[in-house]
Amino acid sequence: MINLASRDILHSWGKFIFTGMGLGLLIGVTLVMAGVYRGLVSDGKSLLDNSGADIWVVQQDTLGPYAEPSSLNDDVYRGLLGIPGVEQASNITYLTMQVRHHDKDIRVMVVGIAPGVAGKTPGWPRFLVAGRHITRSHYEAVVDIATGLQLGDKITLRRNQYTVVGLTRRMVSSGGDPMVFIPLKDAQEAQFLKNNEAIWLDRRKTQANPEFNRPNVPGLLEAVLASKTSNLSVNSVLVTLKEGVDPAQVINTIERWKYLTAYGRAEMEEILVGKMISTSARQIAMFLVILAVVSAAIVAFIIYTLTMDKIREIAVLKLIGTRNFTIAAMIVQQSVVLGIIGFVVGKITSSFSAPYFPKYVLIMPEDSIMGFIAVMIICILASLVAIRMALRVDPAEAVGG
Amino acid sequence: MTQRVGGVRIENLKKQYGQGANAFLALKDVNMQVAPGEVVGLIGPSGSGKSTLLKCLGAIIDPTEGVMMLGDQVIYDNGWKVRDLRALRRDKIGFVFQSPYLIPFLDVVDNVALLPMLAGVPNGEARQKAMHLLEALDVAHRAQAMPSQLSGGEQQRVAIARGLVNRPPIILADEPTAPLDSERALAVIRILNDMAREYETAIIVVTHDEKIIPTFRRIYHIRDGITYEEAGQGRPIN
Repeated sequence: MINLASRDILHSWGKFIFTGMGLGLLIGVTLVMAGVYRGLVSDGKSLLDNSGADIWVVQQDTLGPYAEPSSLNDDVYRGLLGIPGVEQASNITYLTMQVRHHDKDIRVMVVGIAPGVAGKTPGWPRFLVAGRHITRSHYEAVVDIATGLQLGDKITLRRNQYTVVGLTRRMVSSGGDPMVFIPLKDAQEAQFLKNNEAIWLDRRKTQANPEFNRPNVPGLLEAVLASKTSNLSVNSVLVTLKEGVDPAQVINTIERWKYLTAYGRAEMEEILVGKMISTSARQIAMFLVILAVVSAAIVAFIIYTLTMDKIREIAVLKLIGTRNFTIAAMIVQQSVVLGIIGFVVGKITSSFSAPYFPKYVLIMPEDSIMGFIAVMIICILASLVAIRMALRVDPAEAVGG
Repeated sequence: MTQRVGGVRIENLKKQYGQGANAFLALKDVNMQVAPGEVVGLIGPSGSGKSTLLKCLGAIIDPTEGVMMLGDQVIYDNGWKVRDLRALRRDKIGFVFQSPYLIPFLDVVDNVALLPMLAGVPNGEARQKAMHLLEALDVAHRAQAMPSQLSGGEQQRVAIARGLVNRPPIILADEPTAPLDSERALAVIRILNDMAREYETAIIVVTHDEKIIPTFRRIYHIRDGITYEEAGQGRPIN
């Protein structure tokens, strides 16, 4: 028995290809939406991966440093280094801000990293794709290539200029903003720096206060003024553990004796993925559901229209004794082929367009497989409407009268 | 190949649409007999019941009363009917329509071979049978063409080949010459006569076509659902 579906497709291949391409664009949008969600999760996880920490120590009873503000004294890390099992403890600051480069503002997450050794000290960029790591105490920066900056570029943070000495990749915040790594001292200053007018007014107020401006205590006023313009706070301390040490034990010790809150990798992942991006995830899930319903409706409409175009042929086929199963199989096969064309077009479209999205779009192979299965199920279900209509066609329509 | 049974016989056939006050008797008393190898005309004005009779004969709708027989096989007898009407249509009834209604996505040979394939004949054998008929109808040279590439006359010959390919005992031809000019219309009737003789098929041609009516040896007139038999001129076709 010849395959009626394949013959019909070959006969009107142009119609199938163009219809499949239209469907493919819709499937492509659906795949990209799934990729946006995966990208959000991946950004969150890469933030944790890139920090290189086993434990995040933050201000007590906060969800910092990514989900809530957290402020710690910058000498807390010394006490943490003394806890059994701790290998490294390193201060870090995070600050999301606009960075000025020429006439363009770039939204970035500025990360202040403590002096250390690349690849060993937590918080440092894990690898570079060009240039070198920060070697000076001030005014050098390593940036993610997503900022669009080049080696040697100058960027302005607050009132200081920084030279880009290294480029890294996939170092982003949970919101997808590319990271700019600068020395910790500079970041601390940038985080709490007031404008000149505010500093001048603050100094005048302090000078006018007799408590701080005592003629018989030389140096007191200068010390008070100096303390007001310096910042001794960091957002978090990143801790790495020695081989084989149970993080839960160290977290317990930190929280019991240091009056701080500490999170392990799993807890921090839960904060980032479960709390921070959960609303976005639900939003995207709603879009996915709507897109799936729209796709199903469009496939059903296309298959129904294609079948309507063949009413006379179906009537003739039924009149000459074609089994209902053969007619139904023809419609299902055409629907499935349309789905395959649509999926291939959608996959190619989404894969090629993903890098051009401003935020990271990650199309996972398992999502593509799930998408393919969903498309096939939708196509088969959508063809049921057309099959129902085809099976109700009266063979008498071929005779007329 | 299906077992051959010859001719068609219809006795006191009635067909009623609707019930009660809405009842309409489309066929009141139809009697026909067509011998194997015979071509008869069925003529009647619009609304006379031609289409209803054609649908009853084609096992598309059920009559209300009467008897229909294909050769010695009863296909309808006062409420009793053959169970598998689809197989009956496929194996024992050939259709030729006013428009050829070829399947547009199948080439000529597969349009004809489709019927034996549906009956379970292997593809190669079915195509061989189709080619024999296409040769007999002088369209074998267009076997690989698509229906849209054929002329009207060629399409009608392919449709006749499709109607004949399973060697049915009866062929129902509904206005088969309507879209054709005189020459081609007579050519189609000649082919139907030749095929009826060669394959011992009873052919009923429903027509209004004045050009071909004189060629029938016997004609059935149908008026208000009642058939009247009349001797035709049986004019030879040159």
